[in-house]
Amino acid sequence: MDKVQDFLKANGADDIVHQNILDEASVKFNMPPGVIEEAALNANLLPARYQRNRNTLSIEQQYALFKSRVVVIGCGGLGGHVIEGLARLGVGTIVAVDPDHFEEHNLNRQILCTLETLGQLKTAAAADRVRKINPAITIVSVPHALRSDNAARILSGCDVAVDALDSIPVRVELARACAELLIPLVHGAIAGWFGQIAIQLPREQTVLDLLEKCGDKIGIEKVTGNPSFAPAVVAGLQAAEACKIITNKDSSMKGRILFIDLLDMHFEEIRFE
Amino acid sequence: MIRGEEFAPLPFFSPMHIKINLFATLRKDRFDTDQREYPTGTTVLAVLNDLVIPEGEAAIIFVNGKHAGPDHVMLDGDTLSIFPPIGGG
Repeated sequence: MDKVQDFLKANGADDIVHQNILDEASVKFNMPPGVIEEAALNANLLPARYQRNRNTLSIEQQYALFKSRVVVIGCGGLGGHVIEGLARLGVGTIVAVDPDHFEEHNLNRQILCTLETLGQLKTAAAADRVRKINPAITIVSVPHALRSDNAARILSGCDVAVDALDSIPVRVELARACAELLIPLVHGAIAGWFGQIAIQLPREQTVLDLLEKCGDKIGIEKVTGNPSFAPAVVAGLQAAEACKIITNKDSSMKGRILFIDLLDMHFEEIRFE
Repeated sequence: MIRGEEFAPLPFFSPMHIKINLFATLRKDRFDTDQREYPTGTTVLAVLNDLVIPEGEAAIIFVNGKHAGPDHVMLDGDTLSIFPPIGGG
């Protein structure tokens, strides 16, 4: 690995190393792109793709992101935007979970759904997209629905789980599994002009409590539908929370629900005790 | 006896002032926020009935920032916030 780092340092510009050098190192040392990117960050060399992260995230935090594994449950409206955000942020391993294929009615809001991907598994489209953004990222496709009997297997080893599901009962299963496995959870949900976000840290069950209050009630999205901007807004907030959890930044979201009203352009904060 | 105290209304008969915040689709044909008077002992369910909100549309209910169920008895000065269930992705 010293040879790789020496090569990267010799060919870097100050502490920046450009994509063509990373690619060259991958071929020269016969190592996958992920190993090369990790070697660069480990040597305090910043891949040029992250230059605009640099005054927001330190190189240590960028390394922590690359070493992290984030599972995104649901690859539709929220999940597509979350995966896009995590990939560009520099999360090293993304686990994409969704049993569905893209259909025409997904085209209005799901960023991974295009005319080319209609009919494809959502997880396959997610994997293609991530590889196009950065081949150094490991993307794990899980084309299955999350259930109580497979949740532990899917979630184990993940640093953060992102709830991008579209059904309240499955969200409850996810929140329960995360509470049991001590995995931080970033919850987000949308309906029409509205959305909500909350986090559940290990040894908390705030999101579980919140969702259990909904019980078997049917979400208002069944009536309102979802426009293009709602998942983009809420997924952006979810990606920010996931970033903070991974990089050990304090989150003021602890113990709060943020309720988003894009019609009145109002964010309501509920603090629960 | 302090002067004037005999004219003070008995607490039992004084109405409670409840601040109600409604969110999202619950605002349609109702209001965003309102201050209303209810008799002592009014429950969350009674307020929902008064506002013609079906229980299925009131997923998350907070009284003064704490989760509350339909049977919760309201107190004077309470703030009641009601959210519909949101589950889309």
